[in-house]
Amino acid sequence: MAAQSYDPNVLPDLLPLYYKRLFPYGPYYRWLNYGGVPKNYFTHREFSFTLKDDVYVRYQSFADQQDLEKELQKKCPHKIDIGAVYSHRPKDHKTVKSTAFQAQEKELVFDIDMTDYDDVRSCCSGADICSNCWPLMVIAVKILDRALRDDFGFEHLLWVYSGRRGIHCWVCDENARKLSAQGRSAIAEYLTLVKGGDSQVRKVNLPDRLHPSVRHAVNVINSHFVDYAFKKQDLLDCEEKWKGVLAVVPSEVVRDCLSRDFVKHGKDTASRWTILKRRLTEGKQESMLKPYVEEEIKLQFCYPRLDVNVSKGVNHLLKSPFCIHPKTGRVCVPMDPKTIDDFDPMDVPTISGLLDELDHVEVGTKDEQGKRVRDYKKTSLGPYLETFESFLKDLEGSRKGKLIEQSDIKMEF
Amino acid sequence: MDFGNRSKARSKVDESNVTIDEHYPHRLQLYSTPPSGTISLQEFEELAVERLKVLKAVETIGITHQKGTPKYLELLTKEISATKLKDSILQKRKLPPGEEVENRVRDHISHFILRLAYCRSEDLRRWFLTQELDLFRFRFQEENTESKARFLKCAGLKYKPVSTEERDSVVKELDGTDHLTNTTDLEYYKVPFTEALDLVRGRKVFLRAGFAYVPRDDLVSILLSVFRVQLSHALAITARALPGMEEDGRLLPMLCGLSKRYLGQDYSVKKQNVGVVTADMIDMLSKKSFPLCMQNVHVHLKQSHHLRHGSRLQYGLFLKGIGLSLEEAVKYFRIEFMKSMDVDTFDKKYSYGIRYNYGKEGKKTDYTPFGCMKIIMNNPPATGDSHGCPFRHFDTDLLKQRISSQGLTKEGVETVMKYTKGGHCQVACAKYFELTHGISDSGTEVEMVIQHPNQYFERSQKLLNGPAKPSSTPRTVKIVSSQSSTPGSSGGSAVVVKSEPIDEDMDDDMGFSATELASLDEMAAA
Repeated sequence: MAAQSYDPNVLPDLLPLYYKRLFPYGPYYRWLNYGGVPKNYFTHREFSFTLKDDVYVRYQSFADQQDLEKELQKKCPHKIDIGAVYSHRPKDHKTVKSTAFQAQEKELVFDIDMTDYDDVRSCCSGADICSNCWPLMVIAVKILDRALRDDFGFEHLLWVYSGRRGIHCWVCDENARKLSAQGRSAIAEYLTLVKGGDSQVRKVNLPDRLHPSVRHAVNVINSHFVDYAFKKQDLLDCEEKWKGVLAVVPSEVVRDCLSRDFVKHGKDTASRWTILKRRLTEGKQESMLKPYVEEEIKLQFCYPRLDVNVSKGVNHLLKSPFCIHPKTGRVCVPMDPKTIDDFDPMDVPTISGLLDELDHVEVGTKDEQGKRVRDYKKTSLGPYLETFESFLKDLEGSRKGKLIEQSDIKMEF
Repeated sequence: MDFGNRSKARSKVDESNVTIDEHYPHRLQLYSTPPSGTISLQEFEELAVERLKVLKAVETIGITHQKGTPKYLELLTKEISATKLKDSILQKRKLPPGEEVENRVRDHISHFILRLAYCRSEDLRRWFLTQELDLFRFRFQEENTESKARFLKCAGLKYKPVSTEERDSVVKELDGTDHLTNTTDLEYYKVPFTEALDLVRGRKVFLRAGFAYVPRDDLVSILLSVFRVQLSHALAITARALPGMEEDGRLLPMLCGLSKRYLGQDYSVKKQNVGVVTADMIDMLSKKSFPLCMQNVHVHLKQSHHLRHGSRLQYGLFLKGIGLSLEEAVKYFRIEFMKSMDVDTFDKKYSYGIRYNYGKEGKKTDYTPFGCMKIIMNNPPATGDSHGCPFRHFDTDLLKQRISSQGLTKEGVETVMKYTKGGHCQVACAKYFELTHGISDSGTEVEMVIQHPNQYFERSQKLLNGPAKPSSTPRTVKIVSSQSSTPGSSGGSAVVVKSEPIDEDMDDDMGFSATELASLDEMAAA
């Protein structure tokens, strides 16, 4: 598989070709230009580049698609970050008073990083991921996608695999882009259930009444729980592992009782989980435990862990879709939340794999209408571009709808 | 702010009862329009001092007691009764309309005087805003249902209850979890979620398609956020208008004196302070004089040779506040971090942040150390983090273990834990201070209040070394160590080496919009 053949040291040699032939400038520009309706939306947008040797250049901005294309091909950044839309062109930020130069709008973004789950996954740690812990990301996408759409009424969500160990979500609705820092942090906190640092064992504390959004989240986790916690993580497999689970049970009596039962009667994770459930129900009936301990355990082990600070600030930078992750060589690709179950991060094309594919495609082919077919469509990047295109189509559709609505209102006068 | 244009003396207020009552339709107000009229300097000062006493009471009782509990309400009522504003704020007895209006006017004017006194810096504004909001919440709570409803109407909240069908569908959604037991006669108001952020934040409200369905009882939260936005905006504008008052030599000194009187120090770096602490002293000092939150970060750093962003900020600024110079700070962190990474990585990734703390990078602001409220309320620690307040963010077992290891008696530990469990982090911390410094035993009431980690440090040093400066190490040590350190510099100005864009994001979260702050800064620069 192409993924194995990637060597980080050759990245500088591959990037020029990637930016020349594969980077999807057209759709990318269509996204960030938002139909050109808010004037200056693209020209006042901050981009930041990470160049060779981790040299970090902030406050880049571009006049249009050609300008961006030219600059990317010239600089070949190892990483691109997207920032806010500012009051002035970011590249001119030194020419205006520093207080006048203000971040005005940005997509509402979420960043979920597998490292934040290190205390609840036993398969890998740090930057590594595997098929045994990836379901955590699937669960995260499903829970957040539902909440953002149903609870907050957002429609245009761009989900992206970061290329290594995390996922991002860009909420692109107009009212999301206009949110204040307080609005962003309120949403992020609404979506945060797992709280507390290393010095806190019980990280989820549910009130006596479950909020509907929490109930929906538990339902999502339930649909994955057997497969993920039993088969993939084998959560109650040995004492070391079940200690972590039992620590969440808030009663010492029940805890002791359970660890004895686990050794004596438990055969495997499934049977131990049955014991755990029974004991928790008993504890609840004898009012030794509060009502939602089972849910708390599930949420602590599976609920999405957001990096709130990324979501809070209007001016916070986030890695752009379609750049290459320097360590893995994988492209940062869009994901379709509807088919997220089928998404496999190991299948995501790498830069070296894509360039290999390019060697074998016919150059300059045309489609039925006689248009030149872009190179990226002929490679394994194609399907991911389709996801992106369909996101763009919805975005443009709603804009058109709004324009028609507005012109209708005008007609009445 | 205009007190001077009206020739009509305020003693005539009673005669124009009807018109004034239009201005004060309810005994609560959101203070949207400034008062006008003439007021004597003496009265001006008296009103200011009395309102300050009220706000101070709101602050101290808010720290020691959980807000909204009967004990809190009782104590606060008692404290406010002792001030001259008691009739304006408490309204326990029925007064003739004339006196009633007079009281409302006093409430109004005293609020606006303090606005003038507390608009000048971000810390002052934050303090004033917090206390005024708590005071308002307290007063609203004391009103009866009918009066509350009348006030909502006066304040111009024009939300309508949702239709029966819509309400039923909402209730159904909530009912599945017996979220509310008696939902039949409850009214819901449909409000865009952006106007009910406090309720959204705490998951206290049902959301559907971008609308929050707010039960009538929770409308106060929306009222408070309206008040917060309005006041924070007004404070920013007032600050901009303040220079115009400088010509009046009578008011400004008084206002400056007022704001200094009750807000503690901000522990920003003082000139004579810089360099009194060097990198090699930190380990020793941390054992004796660091509050638990900083000790915790220090221990974490020693163990894992790394700190995440939140800790680097909280701890780095604290160290700056106790007098660690930039060079020494870079040296201190480099020694520890290099046990887990090479020097290049450190210089590239972390020295920027340290220089940033000292105002040498990015926005080039000389940041002040975090106070307790900021550490407790903002940015709670997540997995891998070691910042935050141990009395707030630690599991009780772990906290108990930590404080037990400091040589406290069993009773002492229990007393500290009692305060912690009651949610009184700062009182617990003060008790911990008193016990570890041997100035009280477990039985006595807590006398001091800890409001700032640097205050803790300074008090501790004062106790240990006498009132002299904390520096007890020979001067030679300081000179030698500052020479041997090499501040990491990153050269070019356009190209900045750094890996954490989040650094740019250190603004306060108190509710000033970017434009408001911009206008303030502009004003300061002019």
